[in-house]
Parts: sequence; C-alpha cells; structure tokens
Amino acid sequence: MHSSQVLSKSKTAPLTFQELLFRLQSFWAERGCVLQQPYDVEVGAGTMAPETFLRVLGPKPYKVGYAQPSRRPADGRYGENPNRLFKHTQFQLILKPPPVNVQELYLESLEAMGIDLSQHDLKFEEDNWESPAIGAWGVGWQVMLDGLEITQFTYFQQCGGLELDPICAELTYGMERIAAFLQDKDSIYEIVWAVDPETGEAITYGDVRLPEELQFSVYNFEFADVDKLWEHFRLYEAEAQAMLTRASELFANENASAVEKRRFPLLATYELALKCSHLFNLLDARGAISVTERVGVIARIRNLAVGVAKVYALQQVT
Amino acid sequence: MADFLLEIGLEEVPARMIAGAEAELGRRVNDLLTRERLLTSGAKLTTYSTPRRLAVLIEGVLASQADTKEQLTGPSWKVAFKDGKPTPAAEAFAKKAGVAVAALEKVSQAKGEYVGATVKRQGRKTVELLATELPKEVLGLYWAKNMYWRTGKPERFVRPVRWVVALLDSSIVLLEIAGIKAGNTSRGHRVLHGEKPVVIAKAANYAESLRAAKVVVDVAERRLAIRNALDAATRTVVGARWREDGPLIETVVHLTEWPTVVLGDFEPEYLALPEEVLVTVMRDHQKYFAVEGPEGRPNIAGKLLPHFLAVLNTQVDAEGEAIIRHGNARVLRARFKDARFFWDFDQKTLLTARVESLKHVTFQKELGSYHWKTEANLAVARKLAATVKAAGVLFDEAALLKAVELAKTDLTTELVKEFTELQGIIGGLYAKAQGLGDVVAQAIYAQYTPASTEDSIPKTVEGQLLGLADRAQTITAMFGIGNEPTGSKDPFALRRAANAIIKILAESGLPLALYTVLNTCDADTINKEQVAAFLRERLSFYLKDVRGFAYDVVSAVLAAGADDVRDAIARAEALTAARQSADFAAISAAFKRIKNILRQAEEKGFPLGSSKDVKLAPEAQQLANAAAALAPKVANLRQQHAYGEALALIATLRPVVDAFFDKVMVLDNDPAIRGAHLGLIDEVLRGFSGIADFSEIVTA
Repeated sequence: MHSSQVLSKSKTAPLTFQELLFRLQSFWAERGCVLQQPYDVEVGAGTMAPETFLRVLGPKPYKVGYAQPSRRPADGRYGENPNRLFKHTQFQLILKPPPVNVQELYLESLEAMGIDLSQHDLKFEEDNWESPAIGAWGVGWQVMLDGLEITQFTYFQQCGGLELDPICAELTYGMERIAAFLQDKDSIYEIVWAVDPETGEAITYGDVRLPEELQFSVYNFEFADVDKLWEHFRLYEAEAQAMLTRASELFANENASAVEKRRFPLLATYELALKCSHLFNLLDARGAISVTERVGVIARIRNLAVGVAKVYALQQVT
Repeated sequence: MADFLLEIGLEEVPARMIAGAEAELGRRVNDLLTRERLLTSGAKLTTYSTPRRLAVLIEGVLASQADTKEQLTGPSWKVAFKDGKPTPAAEAFAKKAGVAVAALEKVSQAKGEYVGATVKRQGRKTVELLATELPKEVLGLYWAKNMYWRTGKPERFVRPVRWVVALLDSSIVLLEIAGIKAGNTSRGHRVLHGEKPVVIAKAANYAESLRAAKVVVDVAERRLAIRNALDAATRTVVGARWREDGPLIETVVHLTEWPTVVLGDFEPEYLALPEEVLVTVMRDHQKYFAVEGPEGRPNIAGKLLPHFLAVLNTQVDAEGEAIIRHGNARVLRARFKDARFFWDFDQKTLLTARVESLKHVTFQKELGSYHWKTEANLAVARKLAATVKAAGVLFDEAALLKAVELAKTDLTTELVKEFTELQGIIGGLYAKAQGLGDVVAQAIYAQYTPASTEDSIPKTVEGQLLGLADRAQTITAMFGIGNEPTGSKDPFALRRAANAIIKILAESGLPLALYTVLNTCDADTINKEQVAAFLRERLSFYLKDVRGFAYDVVSAVLAAGADDVRDAIARAEALTAARQSADFAAISAAFKRIKNILRQAEEKGFPLGSSKDVKLAPEAQQLANAAAALAPKVANLRQQHAYGEALALIATLRPVVDAFFDKVMVLDNDPAIRGAHLGLIDEVLRGFSGIADFSEIVTA
C-alpha cells in the first residue's frame, strides 16, 4: 500500500483529536461564533441540543458552535468494531442566517484543521436531512473528502414543525471520522487523542473511551431494565405534557403578564422531552419496541418537541 | 447581431437534477427570445452546466426588436373634418393613436373615406427586455426539491444563487436574479482556481475563460474526458477493463468541473464476497467504477479484479494522487470489512430459522407483517402451481413453495439492512450458500425482477411464479384496503408491480390468463373488477409504450379481449400488419358504419329481425351468403391463432360489403326488411370481431 511513504513525507505530524477540536473551535470563534459547551443531557445528535433546536426558531440571528457527544445506543459494538461507536463527537455549527460565503468559510475551516485541499478530492453531494422525531427537515449535502463523508451540511427549512425564517445553515463535522482519516488510522480506537508535549507519549481514543463503549454497550443491550425504561419514559412524558398544558393555558390567558410568560420554564420542559428521546433510543437498542409501536412512540416524542417549539416561538415575542 | 450569455452561479446542484435543468433553461431562453422576435434566422443555442452553474449561450441575437408600423382606422373623414378643420372626433382619435392631428391621413375604403393614422412602434432594446423578462424564466425552472435561503424567504430555488453573469457581447445586461445583480465575473474551480473572480470579457469567450479557471463547462466534453481517463487508468492493470455503467457516468459527469480518474486497489481476499455486494458498495455508496477481466480470458473474463476507479473533481500531482488513492481505498476497505462482517454474522441464523422473525417486520400496517405476507403468498403460489401443472408445465413445485416461504426472510439480515437495494439478491445468495439448492436460490434471487419495463424476467418457472404470486397478492391486498394508485400517486408502486406481471406473462410462456392470476388471490367481487380494470389498463400501457403498437390497434384488440396477454400481442401484431391494406381499411370503415347504424336503430327502438321470411335485395343476399361462408373459416383460423390469415380472409368481404352499403337502404321503411338488414349486419359485426373491434381503427 502507498500510505506509509505518503505519510512519512508529510512535514508535520497530523493533529491530535483534541487539537482538531481546538482548531475548529478557534476558527469559528474568530468568525464571531459563540462557543458553547456540550449540552449535559443525553442527545442522539447535536441538532437536538437546545442551542440548535430552539435557537433556530424565531427571527433572532445567532452563530454558535459546540462539540456534542451524541449517543446512539443501538450503534454500540462493545468497542469491537473499528468504525462504529455508541457515542461519537459531532462538532455542531449553526449560522443563522447563513453568510453568502458559507461554503468558502467551511472550506477554510477544513484547511484550519490541516487539510490541504490541493492534495485531496472534495465533493458536495446531495443529501437531504429529516428528523421526524423533532419535526425538522432541510436540504443540503454530505461533504465527501477522498470518498469519506466528513460533514453533513444542511440548510434547515423547518424545525419543531415550524417554518423557519431566517433559514440557518447547520454544519455537522464527524470528528472521529475526520481524525481517523487525517491520522490514517484504520480503527477509531487508535486515533491519537493527545500527546504529552514533554514525554511525547500518546494517549489514544481507546485509552480514553474504550471502557465506556464496552460498558455502555453491555448496559444498553443487556442490562437496561425494559420495564423501568418504559416507566421512566412515561414519567418524563407525563411531566413534559403537564408542563405544556400549563404553558398553553398561560399563553392563551390575556391577563397573564409578560414577566409571567418569560419565566415559564420551557427550557426545562424541553429537557424532559430530550429524556424521552434518549429513553426511546435505549428501548430501541434493547429490541423492546416493535415495528408497529415504533411509529407511535416517535409521534409521542414529536408531540412534545413540536409543543415546546410552539411555545418557544410565543415566548420569544413576549 | 450579438451573442448573449447567461450563467447562473449556484452552490452545488444535485447531480440527478442538472441535465433536466440545463435543457429547460435553454428552452426557456430560446422561447423568450423567439417570442420577442430577438433571434436572427441562423441563431445558435448552446447550453452548459457544471455542479455550480447553468449557462446558455445564444449566437445571433438582435440588439433590439425591429420597429413596427401599424395602420389604425378612425371615424369617417366627414365626421372628423368639417370644412377642412379637425373636429373633436379627429383630435380624440389622434390622441388615442399617439400622433399629431396634422399627421392624420385620408383612407379610402369600400364604404367611404375614413381617417387613418400610421403608428410607428419602436422595438424594445434587447438588454431592457432581458432585464425584465429573463429573471422570471430562471426562477420558473422546475426542481424536484427546492429550498429557501434568504431572510424573508423571497424565492425558492434548488440551491442558493451566488452569482449571475449576463452579457450581450461584452456589455453587462442589468438584470437581477434572487437578489444577485448580474455582472461579467464568474467563478472557477473551488480548489484549482480558488476564489479569484473569472472575468468573462465577452459572451463568446465563456467556455474558454472558464477552462482557464479549471472548469470544463461542456457536459459532453467532460463525459468524454472521464471515459478516456477511465480507459487510461485501467490500462495500468494488464488485461483489465472498467465495467461499463452509463448511469454512473452521468452521475460523475454532474459531480465534477475538472474530472480526473485515479485507480486504487483493495485486498483480493474481499473478492470472496459476492460480486453483487462488492459492486453495490463501489457503485451506489462510493460512486466508483468496478474493474474486470477482459473477454477471451476464460478464468477472469467479466470477473471483478481487486481494483476500483474513482472519478475526482480535481487534478493533483503524484503525491496528491497517492494520498487520494490511499484515502479512497481506506474507505472502501472499511465498507468491505463491514459487509464481510455482516455476511458472516448473518450465516449464524439460517434463512429457514428466520421465517418466524418475519412477524416483527411490518409489510403494511393495516394488512400485517411479512410473516402474514409470506402465508398469503404461499396460498396464491399453491393455486398458481396447480393451474400451470394441470396445463403440463414442468417445474419443481416443492422448490417453488420453499422459495416463496423464504423469499422475504432476507429482510431480517444485517446485510439487507445495510444494503436495502440488494433485497432478494442477498436472500438468493444466502439460500445458495446454505445449501437450499439452485432452483430455490434462483427463484428468491430474481423475485423482484423485472424491476422496470426494460429489465428481464426471472429465467426459471419457479422464479416467474414467485414473482407473479408476490405481486398479484400485493396488488389485490392493497386495493382491498383502498390503497390503489390515483393520478400521479402510487406510493406502493402498484403500477410497477402490475407492469411486471404483464411482462412475465408476455415473455414467460406460462399458460396463465390475467384473470386466472387474479382469481388465485383473496378478493371480493367488486375489488376484483377494480383490479381487473387496473391490470387491463396496464396491459394497454404495455402494448402501447413498451411494445409500440398504435393506440387504435391496442383499443381494437383489447375491446375483443384483454385476458390473455400473449394472445393480445399476437392479435395486435396481426392487426398492425393487416391495417396496411386498402381492403382492410375499407372493412374497418364499414364496421364503424355498422356500429353507428345499430346504435341508431337501438335508439329508435327498431328490433333486429331474421331474413328467413323476407325477400332481400341481391346485394344484401350476397353479403349474407359471403358472411355465412366465411364465418366458420375465420373462426377456425382464430382457433389456431392464425390471426394474420383470418384478417386477410375478412378483408376479402370488402366488395360485397361495399356493394351492400352502395345499393341497400339499411333502415328500410318496411319493418320486416329493416329488421332483416339489422339482423344481417349485427351478425357480420359479431361474427368477425373476435380478433379485434375493427370499428376502433382510425381510417384516413
């Protein structure tokens, strides 16, 4: 194979996993983005974090980036499959509204990560995105670098069942893929996460995360108690529903003050909906949701998400 | 005379939509300029496209519309001028026509003298006209999926418009599309040229200016370049050739602005995976071309070799090529590794052990699971098997039923979950690997063929019967719950399923009529009539659109029977040949006349009678004799499916039929004679319409 010669020729060592994140974050911070920390409730994708799901609603411009650990219990492989993870890292970027040179900025961000575009093949291939569980869809591309999908680039058209205006651009970088590609590792677990500048000792992705992948796969597939998961689901759903009922009463009440409306804990309500979504994913991994049930449960989560989005839109104009 | 160039600069347009949009834009611009009288007679239209642009160049555009003159006629001269002085009527007319009163002319007409005015209309300037009309044409382009991008959502388009070039020779046409003002600067290849503007000095220079910016705007040129580059790259492997794939060529043509090709390798051990899986990964997932051994080399002819060809949208040096080759090979290896993992994993549960788990896979939520579907298919297949067995067709019934039972089990495999487009094929491969026998394996493998009207039908009787049973069951069950196709909506692809049934019946030689197939399915009577009508409509589509028969031939043939597909084809062939003759055309016209007369008679309440007790005119008697003599012969030939000869025989009736209509008043005033005439022509009509209803034939 040609790889060893090629890589030995490159002048500098490829960036570590954490350096890639630093570079990406600095790049976007220098272009006026708010850098957020990952959301601290389980989500299946960066899109579901409130910094995306809620911020894209309504007219206020916003630019934000964050590295979001994204949990997909059914994708776990006990740390044995070199390409699949239960929890992967999405660098999520929202540009609302998108600047006219959004694609050029994106290419610059790749170069900031040390990708010399003159030595690679880059294509924007049609890929439209849709998430029925949160009533969202958009059109865009999967960005292919030498045949590898490294980014999902989407112009959001609808979210939480609401039409968006302004439209926003969502860029989701698959960090593990990009790192494995740049470091030329056949296994995600061999990715160099960090290098000690004094000793030169490398800490790999496997050192950092392998036990987590193994243990969560075991829990998600073998230990998680289906009845209790359902019970949790019902409790979170019931509380979220109750909150939404109170919200709709409050926002329908002409005598309610703006202060009362603004302090309504909608963000907490959204977290309850996220909990339901994660529990659904766990139940799904356990094989506890039949095909016929599936559509129904997704509709219940969608109800919560759409309900939150509606109230959020009202709260923004209060 | 000038050249006009329009280029719409876009963010990457989906490859599948570009060709249609390029053609439509060319048509729209051409129509606009033609409509506005702006083209010279030798004007030439050229269209271009890349993922980032759609462009049109027209050579031979006028700078403005020609001036026109129009002659208007007003009030009579006497009313307009009294004593040589203009009256208010003259003034009003002059004002309306936009000329001075002094410019009014006297016009002499048959009825007298009138006031006339010659109105000159100056032609509009091309630049002005384009500025107002062209943006509408561009924004009117059809896209399969549109998006908004600007705040306030003023327009939708396939992707954001980022620049517009509009030039009449070297001057900019001041138009604006989606908030972008046209200029004379385009953009080059994202990486090879970068963000420097590409100035188009004049319209005619378009293609060359962009070539200098590393963009080949001509689609045919890119297609040829890709083919040549594939050839060249493949030549580095001795005796190898790339596997032709027209649709994939079109895809990569529309994914590139400056295409080159790199050949890469994968580990030969992956060749142990079925070719179908390898090709699907390469073609559908990675858009790579496969490499195969050449004809005339017995061991490797047509077989995959451990290489792939990736079409790049860039040009790199040797180092870059090594990096790109390595990167692509790495992705492919990971995908093959996954596929092999799934293959091995799937073997742990045999297909025969998967039937039960089909209970958890929904076929259709109101109908049931794929387990239910399998049971229903089995019931249909058993009846079909009994019918064809009774007709003497030889096949392995046990293998058929085994194939039907296992046909859907691959839906539970990991490999099909990963490569859904390979359902059926994977089942067939697994059946073979698990020792279920070639007959079972082939039937499962080919169950979804023909996938289109161009695709071929399953080669084995077992495969054909499985395909018929599965689709007939689906169609009747879907109609049963009200899911029949309506208009352009056919979410369950029932038309495609019915087309496949027709094609299998047409090409297999199975002795099955449409209604026989339909009767093997559970359905109540009303539903059956509905499905029968649907199948008949599909048969009509097949005869017209797939077989290319004229619509009147198809109507004539189907009016005489639409149950036996192969028989309908044979009758249509015979009729198509027969209609060429003048005699036959005359017979067709006569049959139409007979039908009209019979309809009139029925409306007036005239009964059909017998000729026994009536003295007929000689021409009527001759027709009766000729028809009586011919009918048994025609019936006999029909029985033997000798339709051509039967039709030729019918055509010999022409002289007596012509004579009859020349000399005989059919609706005679004498009720007895009239009844005898009606009885006679009714007999002729019924006796000779068994092959086709000739009255449907359109005659000159």
